[in-house]
Amino acid sequence: MSNEYANPRNCQQCGAQIALQESFCGSCGAPYNQSSLMERTRLVSPKTNGNGVEMVRAEKIVKRFGSLTVLYGIDLSVKRGQVVVIIGPSGSGKTTLLRCINHLEKIDDGRIYIEGQLIGYREQNGRLVEDSEANIARIRAQIGFVFQRFNLFPHMTALENVIEAPIHVLHQSRAAVTERAMVLLDKVGLVEKAHVYPHKLSGGQQQRVAIARALAMNPKLMLFDEATSALDPELVGEVLKVMRQLAEEGMTMVVVTHEMGFAREVADHVIFMDKAVIVEQGSPEQIFDNPENERTRIFLGTIL
Amino acid sequence: MFRWDVVWHFLFQDPNLLFLNAAWVTLWLSVVSQTCGVILGLFLALMRTSRFPVLSWFARGYIWFFRGSPLLVQVLLLWDGLPKIFPSLLLPDFACILVAFSLNEGAYMSEIIRAAITSVDAGQMEAAKSLGMRYPLAMRRIVLPQAARVIVPPLGNEFNNMLKTTSIASVIGLQELTGSAEIYGSQAFVIFELLIVATFYYLVLTTLWGYIQSWIENRLDPDRLTTKIDLGDKKSFTERLVGFGGSRTGGTLVSGR
Repeated sequence: MSNEYANPRNCQQCGAQIALQESFCGSCGAPYNQSSLMERTRLVSPKTNGNGVEMVRAEKIVKRFGSLTVLYGIDLSVKRGQVVVIIGPSGSGKTTLLRCINHLEKIDDGRIYIEGQLIGYREQNGRLVEDSEANIARIRAQIGFVFQRFNLFPHMTALENVIEAPIHVLHQSRAAVTERAMVLLDKVGLVEKAHVYPHKLSGGQQQRVAIARALAMNPKLMLFDEATSALDPELVGEVLKVMRQLAEEGMTMVVVTHEMGFAREVADHVIFMDKAVIVEQGSPEQIFDNPENERTRIFLGTIL
Repeated sequence: MFRWDVVWHFLFQDPNLLFLNAAWVTLWLSVVSQTCGVILGLFLALMRTSRFPVLSWFARGYIWFFRGSPLLVQVLLLWDGLPKIFPSLLLPDFACILVAFSLNEGAYMSEIIRAAITSVDAGQMEAAKSLGMRYPLAMRRIVLPQAARVIVPPLGNEFNNMLKTTSIASVIGLQELTGSAEIYGSQAFVIFELLIVATFYYLVLTTLWGYIQSWIENRLDPDRLTTKIDLGDKKSFTERLVGFGGSRTGGTLVSGR
């Protein structure tokens, strides 16, 4: 297990180790300043090398719901450390594309690779067969997914939501996971809500817990499915702030959003989708300032 | 002539505690059958919702048979019919009853549990999967605890029914409440008197269960949790009485929003 989050807690006065639950140093009695630890702790472990390596690669994805084609020949490439933002009108297939990346949706044709590894399928005599649940779960555990409707576990407190998967999927020790979870909750500004049940939290707070829950698995890649669309307008900012920080720390992200300001500011690469295909893609400046395609122009005209 | 003294005797003055023992038989038959039924029902519900057609169709067929034929007939088939075809299947009377009741109850419970599982938001399973959980873990840790809240009221109904359905065991001569009334009553021509005694005990059992059920439902009520948090450390009367519980345990089964 990587210990980048769980820095040892040492007294700032005398350097002695301080137990997790203590707020005063046992040997010299100096108060322990939480925030200084938090400021030193990043949400994401730093990616010193390997930037530019292909993290997600989708080839000619086709997805149909019955007779309706939702994705038609989508190609996508996301490099490590990159933030790719997908925009487009409702029903254009952007959410479905995101859900295909961690195989929440099966695909009808094409291939998706995560770090060069096929997800959801394996090749057998030149044909694709659906992979075993265990293999799919193993890859999913490395991909964080943030839902539009949060989908927090309502029967668990915020903290329990965060520690659930690291304990039961990665089999990490409860003490270590709890310590790291508290750091993550503090980072998203909710450490005082750790023992509160989701229905007592606002939408923005729930979504931030959901982000902390995904980050607790130490993912290589984060997928955001309209993470702010279900929020009251005044709560959008707090969630975007966390996402922006993640991006700054070098997390690889694929973000489906309607927040054009966020897309322009944070994205390395913007994809505009309409009617099951990628209409136009490029740098944020290119898409927002000089869209070449008529459909992109119309969409941005109505939304901006 | 109706003999009230016999009723009085068997209710309050019986040195052999005949009907208290019979009530005990009724109670444990019900508890064991219901427990087995719930476990069986859980597996049937999981099979019924399985993506493997063989499992799903087996569960459908099972439920179709056990809900579609009378329990009395199932008991008699198991007790008398099957041993005629397969002599090695000659079970003791108690075992016959327990097996038949459990198999029958499993069919009903499976439909209740399936409905409860379906009622849990699909997003919960997706969230669990996105965290790398596999189906059994996601079911056990995420979906079933939430389904439990929906299961409890109809489960209470089923158990209430089960307490009275055990009277069918009298048909093959078991001395639970109804059986005892018939057997001892017919010896002394006081069947109706003893049936009144049996009725009294049935009412005691179902009434007690009614209180237990509302206590359980109350514990699983999310609004109760909300007030609990606001009240801080104050303990409720039931918690003091039973000696455990608190907002932490009280909340584990609470549904959201």
